[in-house]
Amino acid sequence: MKDFTEETALTQTDPRHDSAVKHVTGRAEYADDIPEPVGTLHAYLGLSTRAHARIRAIDLTRVRGAAGVVGVLSAADIPGINDVSPTGRDDEAIFATDKVEFWGQPIFAVVAESRDAARRAARLAEIDYEDLPPLLDIDAARAAGDGYVTPPLTLERGEPGPALAAAPHRIRGRMRVGGQDHMYLEGHIAFALPGEDDDVLVHSSTQHPSEAQHMVARVLGIRSNDVTVNVRRMGGGFGGKETQMNLFCAVAALAAKRWNRPVKLRPDRDDDMQATGKRHDFVIDYDVGFDETGRITALDGEFAARCGFSSDLSGPVTDRALFHADNAYFYPNVRLRSHPLRTNTVSNTAFRGFGGPQGVIAAERIIEEIAYSLGKDTLEVRRANFYGQPGDGRDLTPYHQSVEDNVIGRIVDELEASSDYQARRAAVLAHNARGGVIRRGIALTPVKFGISFTATWYNQAGALVHVYNDGSIHLNHGGTEMGQGLNTKIAQIVAEAFGVEFGRVKITRTTTEKVPNTSATAASSGSDLNGMAALDACQQIKARLVDFAAERWGVAPEAIRFEGGRVHVGDTTMRFEELIGAAYMARVQLSAAGFYKTPKIHWDRAAGKGRPFYYFAYGASVSEVSIDTLTGEYRVERTDILHDVGRSLNAELDIGQVGGAFVQGMGWLTTEELWWDKAGQLRTHAPSTYKIPLASDRPRVFNVALADWSENREPTIKRSKAVGEPPFMLGISVFEALSMAVASVADYRVCPRLDAPATPERVLMAVERLRGARA
Amino acid sequence: MQPRSEIRFLLNDTEVTTGAVGAGDTLLDMLRLERRLTGTKEGCAEGDCGACTVLVGRLSEAGLRYEPVNACIRLAASLDACHVVTIEHLSGPGGRLHPVQQAMVEHHGSQCGFCTPGIVMSLYALWMQNADPDETEIETALQGNLCRCTGYAPIIRAARAVTRYGSPAEDALNRERAAVTARLTALRDGRRVELRRGDSRAILPADIDDLARVLSAHPQATLVAGATDVGLWVTKFLKDISPVVLLGHLDALRRVERGPEGLRIGAGASYSDSEAALCDAYPHLREFWSRIAGWQVRNMGTIGGNIANGSPIGDMPPVLIALGAEIVLRHGENRRRLPIEDFFIEYGRQDIVPGEFIEEIHLPAPQPDRIHAAYKISKRRDEDISSVCAAFNLHVEAGRIVTARIAMGGMAGTPKRAAAAEAVLRGQPWSEAALVAAAERLAEDFTPLADWRASAEYRLSVARNLFRRVFLEHAGLAEPVRLARA
Repeated sequence: MKDFTEETALTQTDPRHDSAVKHVTGRAEYADDIPEPVGTLHAYLGLSTRAHARIRAIDLTRVRGAAGVVGVLSAADIPGINDVSPTGRDDEAIFATDKVEFWGQPIFAVVAESRDAARRAARLAEIDYEDLPPLLDIDAARAAGDGYVTPPLTLERGEPGPALAAAPHRIRGRMRVGGQDHMYLEGHIAFALPGEDDDVLVHSSTQHPSEAQHMVARVLGIRSNDVTVNVRRMGGGFGGKETQMNLFCAVAALAAKRWNRPVKLRPDRDDDMQATGKRHDFVIDYDVGFDETGRITALDGEFAARCGFSSDLSGPVTDRALFHADNAYFYPNVRLRSHPLRTNTVSNTAFRGFGGPQGVIAAERIIEEIAYSLGKDTLEVRRANFYGQPGDGRDLTPYHQSVEDNVIGRIVDELEASSDYQARRAAVLAHNARGGVIRRGIALTPVKFGISFTATWYNQAGALVHVYNDGSIHLNHGGTEMGQGLNTKIAQIVAEAFGVEFGRVKITRTTTEKVPNTSATAASSGSDLNGMAALDACQQIKARLVDFAAERWGVAPEAIRFEGGRVHVGDTTMRFEELIGAAYMARVQLSAAGFYKTPKIHWDRAAGKGRPFYYFAYGASVSEVSIDTLTGEYRVERTDILHDVGRSLNAELDIGQVGGAFVQGMGWLTTEELWWDKAGQLRTHAPSTYKIPLASDRPRVFNVALADWSENREPTIKRSKAVGEPPFMLGISVFEALSMAVASVADYRVCPRLDAPATPERVLMAVERLRGARA
Repeated sequence: MQPRSEIRFLLNDTEVTTGAVGAGDTLLDMLRLERRLTGTKEGCAEGDCGACTVLVGRLSEAGLRYEPVNACIRLAASLDACHVVTIEHLSGPGGRLHPVQQAMVEHHGSQCGFCTPGIVMSLYALWMQNADPDETEIETALQGNLCRCTGYAPIIRAARAVTRYGSPAEDALNRERAAVTARLTALRDGRRVELRRGDSRAILPADIDDLARVLSAHPQATLVAGATDVGLWVTKFLKDISPVVLLGHLDALRRVERGPEGLRIGAGASYSDSEAALCDAYPHLREFWSRIAGWQVRNMGTIGGNIANGSPIGDMPPVLIALGAEIVLRHGENRRRLPIEDFFIEYGRQDIVPGEFIEEIHLPAPQPDRIHAAYKISKRRDEDISSVCAAFNLHVEAGRIVTARIAMGGMAGTPKRAAAAEAVLRGQPWSEAALVAAAERLAEDFTPLADWRASAEYRLSVARNLFRRVFLEHAGLAEPVRLARA
């Protein structure tokens, strides 16, 4: 038998990712690595080759007749409901029937003896289209007035109209912000195994196993208790596997039941990128009033988003863009409106930040506009607009929630000092004053990010903890592991609760069989929700153990302590497993289901008022860049980050999240460009054409620190704060530093109004535009 | 000698003999589907993400050399007499982690873990060559590996620290080098190999003359060197490339020789094979070189293939045209020599007939009084395809431009000389004004396309600005005019 107390290679503080050894040896099992039972079939999707067309006829004769093909599935083969809309809007068919609404939309699936055979067969479909005019982008959708995929939102406070009219200064502008592909290294995949009766088991790589379970049941016309969805780990998710996996799970399950054989569905990268949603791109129109000090007096903002052909999560995504259009700034008078536009493109979806980054970058553009028009450093304008503290009249958000935990001032002050911002900015100005080809820029940008699902009911979680009678602990919870280290953090919480070694806790795959009705592992909420649920389960078991030990050894409950793998019961000390053994013999229940729901939050969408967020996470970054004014190429010379995760659950994992999110955010704003041709086909659909950052793109000097003094003022798990999404927006400092470098060619008197992503092309074109403006 | 009908290679510690190999079968599918070696991942199936990185050891004239390659586009048929090393082969007895693996664990180098085996393999290959690499060397080794989670900083820290966990001398592949060399040598019998699976065929000629014979006999065959382009025809377009004729195993075709008349590069020489000789002869290519693809692709892709596929956005043609390079085309026993610029007729059409192949590339010896420059402009600096590629070869004597050879990629349907701009430069003084005036003529030379890489307007603007860059770089300015790598 293993002796747990000797298994202390992983230290209690900041243990490494629980799968790290499996990752580096290739032994970590992903869905495509699961051994395939004899008889396994492979499905492949047949996709639309039109952006918008009526389907006159679908002829799958050649598909059916292809080598290795077992059969095909189209809408008529669906026994339940042909829809996977995650918000119940019934607008997202699995298989198109009479009309296709984007290039890459699934029309049918072919099932064959091998994946290669299925792929080849899928290309043989003959589909007779009658082309309809496509609306491909925001401008076209607005011009056509074709409407929204989901109701828009307005947030309003004060009197923005009169305040703008009375403002000492006023600027109107427009910013285009591109979308982003998730480019998780592991693409979508579902592997379904038929069971007896209506049962079906699906191994997948989804962030939302409960929703996949629900969707499979709905599509197959069976019940949730017939469907089990398992997720051991994902090869990255970033929001792209929150709702988008539903279709793959449903099709694999459908085929598995139809042919009573295991069926795997894994699209090629190109199909994955063309058929699944991305971050929404936005066109943002702003009208801002401000005074001589740079302080904003009023703002009117219009946030138009390309949502694609269906709603998916576009409602909450565009809502969150408005929730974050203030970033860290107080707007005395404000009106913000969203425009979730229907287009003939793939239905856009969740992506780290969930609309928040698009709101934040608008706020930062507005700061730039003010700074360049007044000839001030952007940092000075930022400071002039930061939220105040409750009671000082500068604490209310556009959604009427008071910012009660504001620490942005301290974070920015500390980062300004630790990064030597002022001296470096002076050096940048001096360098640029020499007028060379290479120009430099530096910017310090803040972030404030609201934590909680704005769909209030999602803010619940469950966990299941068993202590076996040998003292080993089995942990299961509703969250999913996509690399963020969630399982490690929750195992730490459980180990600490019982005062035992980290290695004693076995982390098991997420499965709908153990914890039901879970929420997506999204909105940065994984450890907040599931950590508390796991702790609740531990506390239930511990309370029973304490009662038992107090009675058995005749001590007061307060005299019982769990620590160091031992239990101290008054003057008696025993190993944890000794207590467990004794408790088992005394028939103490050693298993518990834990539960948690976030307190305090509420949201009235119709009124635009409430407390959608339990708390805020804060951070700031300073980036310095160089640009080549002959080509637009650039390089990030240095980035310094100070980020607030409250009291960190695991500083190494949190620093990993912050650094990774920053680079991903930087990629969104620099080289990651989605490009559709005039027919509506996405032409950047693989890493050969869609360019995420490489090792050589990361900042040459990269200092990431956590605000070690911070703790959540709300009683979250160990007073920590969520970390997944907030640091994504730290990448904006790179974008604004590029902007400053561009501005240098016109002596910083013109806001460069860079659109995102700031590819080398956009940088060069902005340089040439500003040079023209100066001349 | 009778052809052999099987390939024989080492897979980790196992010798594999198989004849059932089709023309388009990939190493990755062989590993994952046939051998269940699932540590090697498929991320993109086009050689861009590196999740499928494995090492392939081959006997070259310099001995046994292990190189990281992309298993997703590496044709299985090309593995004859090679040693394939996958992530499963790295750990020591009892599962003891390899120093590279240990460093990655200690430095939190993995998050989701899906790219990790590929990154470990690239870092392993680097560490075998260079136990204590600096950050630039690590970045260069990782140009072909994408990670979406970590932001790379922890991986770089891990790579810097590997040497703390062990030395290459203790590494299993190094310790067994002599034994593996002997085993691979025994597998090389100099015979032609003809493979067949169903109707799908692959041929590995015995030598260059045999290659000429095979191609004469099968003029419609798909000729494959590194498969960095053809691999995508298979994985992306599901194209049937049978019969395929492979040449990467022909040592004599991979030679790079420097003589008084210049450089001779065999058509089978990979970018990695050619780097040292080419960059020594033409140092202006050193920075340019670091922007060609990723390490895995540089180990597979060939300069010959880059010319032969006729792409208007290949990295090498503009450089070679500017240098005045020529190619030797061979058809059976007949050879002809052609300036490279004449090879490209129009988009999709080159001066080559069925059964003919590029045998050699000839570069003239460096000449005095030349100003050379080669620039690649792309959306992402590394491992991207150029928006614009520009190469300059200006003969400047006594302050006057005698001749100018300027070639560009990404600006037309073929790699092409900037004839009007060149004409303006001839006889002009070496001055910024002359270069700017020449750049103004580019619109006569080129009408570039707009696509996802760049707009036509940007391509033309950048191309013009590169004329200024050439001048400024050679003007002895104190301030740099270009962003340096390190």
